[in-house]
Amino acid sequence: MMLEWDWNYTWEILPILGEASLVTIKATLLGFLLAAALGLVFALLRMSRVRYVRWIATAVIEFIRSTPLLIQIFFLYYVMPEFGLSLDAMTAGVIALGVHYACYCSEVYRAGLDNVPKGQWEAAIALNLSPFVTLRDIIIPQAIPPVVPALANYLVALFKETPLLSAIAVLELMQTAKILASESFQYTEPITLVGLYFLFFSLISAALSRQLEAWLSRRHGGTR
Amino acid sequence: MKPSNSPMLRFEKVSKRYGSLTVLDSLDFEVARNEKVAIIGPSGSGKTTLLRMLMTLEEIDDGVIYVEGEPLTHMSQGERLVRANRQHVSRVRAKIGMVFQHFNLFPHMSAVQNCIEAPVTVLGLSKDEAYARAADLLQMVGLGDKLDHYPSQLSGGQKQRVAIARALAMRPKIMLFDEVTSALDPELVGEVLKVIRQLGEDHDLTMLMVTHEMGFAKEFADRVCFFDAGKMVEQGTPQQIFGDPQHERSKQFLSAVLETR
Repeated sequence: MMLEWDWNYTWEILPILGEASLVTIKATLLGFLLAAALGLVFALLRMSRVRYVRWIATAVIEFIRSTPLLIQIFFLYYVMPEFGLSLDAMTAGVIALGVHYACYCSEVYRAGLDNVPKGQWEAAIALNLSPFVTLRDIIIPQAIPPVVPALANYLVALFKETPLLSAIAVLELMQTAKILASESFQYTEPITLVGLYFLFFSLISAALSRQLEAWLSRRHGGTR
Repeated sequence: MKPSNSPMLRFEKVSKRYGSLTVLDSLDFEVARNEKVAIIGPSGSGKTTLLRMLMTLEEIDDGVIYVEGEPLTHMSQGERLVRANRQHVSRVRAKIGMVFQHFNLFPHMSAVQNCIEAPVTVLGLSKDEAYARAADLLQMVGLGDKLDHYPSQLSGGQKQRVAIARALAMRPKIMLFDEVTSALDPELVGEVLKVIRQLGEDHDLTMLMVTHEMGFAKEFADRVCFFDAGKMVEQGTPQQIFGDPQHERSKQFLSAVLETR
């Protein structure tokens, strides 16, 4: 049997998918914002001088990284209401994505923080800077630029995982394509278009991330 | 307490160990107000450790360091000395500034920003006040035209002069110099030593320097201390130490060092 591509149907569903892609982008950006911020907090907690804080942070990160994202999404959306926490699908999805990726981002931040030379901490002590100011003004500004490309990779990875949100009926691209397909019984066009959409944006992001990396290494290639 | 009656610095039976290795062995040591002390000795003799303990970069295993009569990392609780809290350490440490062998400038900040950061965030100076102070100091170390240069745009000698200005911006009473010319190309050593010499002449500063520049130590220091294997083996005026060292180890060291010149 020949594969048939229905152009009329394609043009008909394109605007609907276009609208759904905005939901995908929104989930990606909000999820990543949470991941980037919480990831830094996790990384700093893992550097804490208090042993128990380090242990707890490490345990939580290991736990989240070692369980599937899909289960975490289900858990937040379907199980948390049993504990009195009801979230709408989008919020639950964004939190699940953000927390899950925060664990990966924390590893990236940790590498960045470890790479700041010891002499920078020592200079901060010699100048009597408080630990907070040392982190805010000296360590974090040096730790982050080198790891931006690695963070950007996780942004793309998170973006590609947003179809998982279709499992809790967030009306993002995949869920919309599934609904369209189940109405028309034409699966080829909507699913292919969704695939192409992700391919297109992933390639663009990869190119942008390479540019960013080159720019950062030009800017921060200096010596101390 | 009258700080002016006590020595600027006093080490009382201070020891530092790394595992089974003793890097400083029950050191007793005093430095007077405005005294310039050069510390020399072979590597591993404990001389850098001494500065790093003063800057609270290394913990003290035994003994007490007093700064103007006040314990640095201890505080009295009744009759006893206990480990000091962060506020206490921070208050006493504020009297001390340090310049490092490898500069340790903040690479993401310009020369003037390097000198402003601590005065603004620690001393609470306004940005304008701190800027004026930083510009004056950079002018003094001969970098008045390089305020907005980043460390990567400066030579080693210039970086080290920024580092000196940065430490001075906190108005310390004691300045520690840890082999500050060792990482420099030979032709850049002079400009840094000139700044240090000028500091000693123009300012009321107690200065401790660990150095391999014997010529500079001889001419600049009021007192030279020779360290070996975690102990102060010999101390005296530069004339005594360089002209007529008494101890076998100092004789060996000095003849080996001066021969290569």
